[in-house]
Amino acid sequence: MLNIQDLSATVADKPILKGLSLTINAGEIHAIMGPNGAGKSTLGYTLGGRPGYEVTSGSVSFNGEDLFALEPYERAAAGLFLGFQYPVEIPGVSFVQFLRESANAQRKVRGEAPLSGGEFLKLAKEKAALLRMDMDMLKRPVNVGFSGGEKKRAEMVQMGILDPKLAILDETDSGLDIDALRICGEGINAIMRKPDKAVLLITHYQRLLDYVKPDFVHVLAGGRIVRTGGAELALELEEQGYEAVAA
Amino acid sequence: MSDLLTLPTRRDEAFRYADIASLETLWPVAMQEIRVAAGQSDSLALVLDGAAADARDLSIVLEDGASFDLHLLNAGSAYGRIAVEVRLGKRSRFHLGAAQIAGGDQTVEVVTEVRHAEPDAVSTQVVRSVLAGHATGTYLGRVAVARGAIGTDGSQSIRAMLLDRTATANARPELEIYADDVKCAHGCAVGELDPQGLFYLAQRGLPPAAAKKLMLQAFIAEAFVGAADEEALTQAALAALEAVL
Repeated sequence: MLNIQDLSATVADKPILKGLSLTINAGEIHAIMGPNGAGKSTLGYTLGGRPGYEVTSGSVSFNGEDLFALEPYERAAAGLFLGFQYPVEIPGVSFVQFLRESANAQRKVRGEAPLSGGEFLKLAKEKAALLRMDMDMLKRPVNVGFSGGEKKRAEMVQMGILDPKLAILDETDSGLDIDALRICGEGINAIMRKPDKAVLLITHYQRLLDYVKPDFVHVLAGGRIVRTGGAELALELEEQGYEAVAA
Repeated sequence: MSDLLTLPTRRDEAFRYADIASLETLWPVAMQEIRVAAGQSDSLALVLDGAAADARDLSIVLEDGASFDLHLLNAGSAYGRIAVEVRLGKRSRFHLGAAQIAGGDQTVEVVTEVRHAEPDAVSTQVVRSVLAGHATGTYLGRVAVARGAIGTDGSQSIRAMLLDRTATANARPELEIYADDVKCAHGCAVGELDPQGLFYLAQRGLPPAAAKKLMLQAFIAEAFVGAADEEALTQAALAALEAVL
């Protein structure tokens, strides 16, 4: 599904990713762990196409397409979802309006018919219930006045509605209390653990991985993947720390 | 203001940023006079969204205890100028909500003079401009509080959003106060759309123009809050917005 070959990227002319390679197949859940400043978030943003994140070498194919030939909104329509570490507030625009327009913009690029108001609301209700989020919250302006945990749950509701092929979730577990962590974890499983989908979890901690069991765990340090293993690698990291394991 | 027969020049403060060549084709501009009798309320929504240059001149007199709501959409595809002069009587109330939307080489401007002539009157002005390309959007607004007009409450909230670095926003909120015990506030900001927000919307699948429109919708809507035809004004503004995105 996603094939990253020798990817290097800079932010403000500073090299962050330095020859990172990673292959993710359909049906797999991968976790990337690593110390602060290793380049974890940069990887997510670079794949999403955030302005200011310059690809200096390497290539990424996404379901056979050259990812970097696509604009950010085209990457979304192609099925790439980026769960933000810090979801952005948009005053004056409700989640319902924003998500319906987003979903229909994606459908348009894919040549599908738009969802009617009724169809969309039914879908939104279903996904909000999955994340135990009150539908009234989706009538509020996007992320405005939401707590850290609510923002993350709202990200998962968005993921459910937009139904991507690949979700890159950047520290979805940060800012969550114990119950919200479980709800988000279960939400990720319900939405994304399918044979035709894949997930890349970016996280500092093992705790989310108790709920979303990864098939592969990678350690990112110094802009490249320095070690890959199974779920047990996360436990090893938790016990021994990045320095020992990444050395 | 502009009911003189001589074409003004840019040396005239109220015309400093005007498109004089376009104005010449419209000159002299007829003054539209509005008077609201004591204790009465009235409102007007003025929409300039045609293809030709347009200039309007309003003179509004509010008698004691009168109230007037003025909503302006200055979003035609050529020069647009709206000048408003208001005289407030005792305990009268005036509200202006204006949106200006321009792109290309267009010039749009709202010029106001709000005179608090008597005590205890309230005036509020909310102006939102969205400027793209090489457009120039101007707000020149003076609130003048006469000697003895105590208890005056005047406010100006002026904001402009530049969609391109080549666009220009001029904002000059002015206060001229000759009375004690008055409350006057003005705020003015010129900014750009938050690139983080735009990327967030793009990542959810919205193409750039749709993302910008969504982010600007709330900004523009602030000008029309509480208008009798709020929905129609907002729709007209969004249509104008689409044309410049």
